[in-house]
Amino acid sequence: MSEKKYSKKHEWVSLDGEIATVGITKHATELLGDIVFAEVPETGKSVEKEGQAAVVESTKAASDVYSPISGEITEGNKAIVDDPSSINSDPEGGSWFFKLKIKDKKEFDTLMSKEEYDKFCKENPN
Amino acid sequence: MEVQKTALYNIHKSLGAKFVPFAGYEMPIQYKDGIVKEHISTRTFAGFFDVSHMGQFFLEGDETLTDALEKIIPADLRSLKINHSKYSFLLNNDGGIIDDLIVTKTEKGFCIILNAACKENDIKQISQFLGKNHKYHLNNELSLIALQGPKSVEILEKLIPSVSNLKFMTGNKFNFEGENLYITRSGYTGEDGFEISISNKKVEKLINFLISNDVKPIGLGARDTLRLEAGLCLYGHDLNEKINPVEANLKWAIAKKRKDVGGFNGWDKIKNLLANGSEKIRIGIKPEGKVIARENTKIFSTKGNEIGLVTSGTFGPSVNAPVAMGYVKSKFAEVGTPIQLEIRGRKYGGKVSGLPFYKKSYVK
Repeated sequence: MSEKKYSKKHEWVSLDGEIATVGITKHATELLGDIVFAEVPETGKSVEKEGQAAVVESTKAASDVYSPISGEITEGNKAIVDDPSSINSDPEGGSWFFKLKIKDKKEFDTLMSKEEYDKFCKENPN
Repeated sequence: MEVQKTALYNIHKSLGAKFVPFAGYEMPIQYKDGIVKEHISTRTFAGFFDVSHMGQFFLEGDETLTDALEKIIPADLRSLKINHSKYSFLLNNDGGIIDDLIVTKTEKGFCIILNAACKENDIKQISQFLGKNHKYHLNNELSLIALQGPKSVEILEKLIPSVSNLKFMTGNKFNFEGENLYITRSGYTGEDGFEISISNKKVEKLINFLISNDVKPIGLGARDTLRLEAGLCLYGHDLNEKINPVEANLKWAIAKKRKDVGGFNGWDKIKNLLANGSEKIRIGIKPEGKVIARENTKIFSTKGNEIGLVTSGTFGPSVNAPVAMGYVKSKFAEVGTPIQLEIRGRKYGGKVSGLPFYKKSYVK
């Protein structure tokens, strides 16, 4: 059974054992608008907590996607590279960005719960 | 300076607009549907754009007014017929583009549509050439609405009979609820369409009519993707005071007679460039794959030498691919030339492309 948490930079992390799946939240896609480009990290790359890991671009601008957690990339989602608009339609399901093998579970525990994240979005609408 | 709002601000709000500051105005960047849907509905049906932030500058005078304007505008204003429009520029002494504009001959003189961010300076520059017998004013009582897309003519004809008689780049006065409107068949999307100059008091009625005919509001975001697909320049990005019309690949917009005879700002330089070509020139760019080359992306030759800079770049929803424009050294300007684009520190392939990216459908 996986557990899902959220970051202040609008990424979600779903943890299953030591493998975390990371994507951007529905709220993030609403802020971004129509997504037209995505770049995901190579397998084997090390990422640091809050370090730049992927790129997402809407018609308006490019944004970095940060990894909310440290670890080593085990897979980038090629499906969103081929069809970036799928991130708008299914941001928290099939359109995840990357999976990584985490270094420290404590980093995961400090992230926000769904309720905390929703409250955070309400207080920080932009 | 206080942020300005157009007469339609509250309507935009009620239509779910997201606002951004633009040239001193609060303007909608998009509405509820978002940029891609707005773009597609303009290309397949029709969309309306509030472009009331642009300057509607009216000049009145005799032939000496034409002479005065021809010193700063390289169009053949002398031969311009009443109700006909031309795309042109204001030029500085060095041939650099102070602004790009549409000038229309009116019964009493001319009307010039100026870019919002430039209009104050433009008027300063133009007025230097004017005499005491020339009258001019920027009309802030008027809104400007662009109606663009293949269904525009059918829809507007219902409200304004005989508007369909207008040809591309001509205009006329029409009656709407006892008031004169001035409508030109023109636009900034590559589609057939109209620009409607209407009083701030009546504009809401026009918009309500368009909405009731399923015309969608279109924000600045889609305006940018539409004009870029059509290969049209955006002042302040693709054009500025340091770029001349030859470099901008806009020499077609300098009237033939004016090219031969001159008599406008920067002619010496432009004459020389027309004869010998410019060092750099504006081109279209198609990046490989889906990567977007935004403004200020560096352009390299396949040998790795820096050869230019992107000035506009986005994803083109109708061509379903990224599109860009920029300037390169002229020897790399041939269509099909492979180039490299440096994006986030990495080099991506691309090719010099012809313009427009999306075929224009003007009614000539």
